[in-house]
Amino acid sequence: MSSPTLRLAALLAALVLACAVGLWVQRRNGRSRAVVAGDVLAAADLGAPLGERATFLQFSSEVCAPCRATRRVLDALVPGLDGVAHVEVDAAERLDLARRLSVVRTPTVLVLDPAGRVVTRTSGAMTPAQARAAVAPLLADALGASR
Amino acid sequence: MTTPATPSGIDPRGPRFGALVTAVVLAVTVLTGSVWLLAAQTAVFAVGAFAGIGASPYGWLFRALVRPRLAPPAELEDPRPPTFSQLVGLVVTGAGLVLALLGVGGAVVVAAAVAFVAAFLNAAFGLCLGCELYLLLARLRAPRAAAQ
Repeated sequence: MSSPTLRLAALLAALVLACAVGLWVQRRNGRSRAVVAGDVLAAADLGAPLGERATFLQFSSEVCAPCRATRRVLDALVPGLDGVAHVEVDAAERLDLARRLSVVRTPTVLVLDPAGRVVTRTSGAMTPAQARAAVAPLLADALGASR
Repeated sequence: MTTPATPSGIDPRGPRFGALVTAVVLAVTVLTGSVWLLAAQTAVFAVGAFAGIGASPYGWLFRALVRPRLAPPAELEDPRPPTFSQLVGLVVTGAGLVLALLGVGGAVVVAAAVAFVAAFLNAAFGLCLGCELYLLLARLRAPRAAAQ
């Protein structure tokens, strides 16, 4: 690659690739996707009790700055939601759980229903509105069932 | 909202500025194919990875030239994620440097282009590619680890 034209082409290709990856990840971050026939987790799997109505299961890692942002969002939101729990696990320490649930990225936040079934999955930092939207269906169900 | 758990937080704009300088240096490296420039950036990554992100020359540049002109940061950040990404940068540019010294054609340009993608993603989108790879690497390193 001694030709200057080829090197310029290499830089432009790298720039286009970086922009494409950046925009794609940015668009994906924080967006919840419904999980069909999700795995079922027990309190013993989490090492913490499940929420009565919903549980945010957050996978974090030591080298992850957006994990801290997500923790702050959930720490602020969850105490205001009755019957909702927030469980944070270190993905590197719980590789068994990370493998079982195919977690490849941190933060990944799973929402579990009262039985421990994974119902939605979100990767990347979440805004408070996105976190609220992720549990909203479970909270609506609980309200509907009690009336 | 202060988190006392982090012993010595850093201004998050420091690593972001460092990523910008890194992206510019690597872009010039790709354009010129200069092995010396790649060696210089590899040395910067080595300092950041082993002495901590705060000791990186770009961090020093940030504190001397940029931070005095900015308002105090809204919050401090854990230095471990950006320090880890310096190590990832070191592996990529270091591999390019070794291959170039062994006479592999195009090694400088390819390694600089790969590292440029990571630095640009950090500078422009705040996305730390090295940090994203951390869990995948941890999963690969311990193929069948026991629970806990």
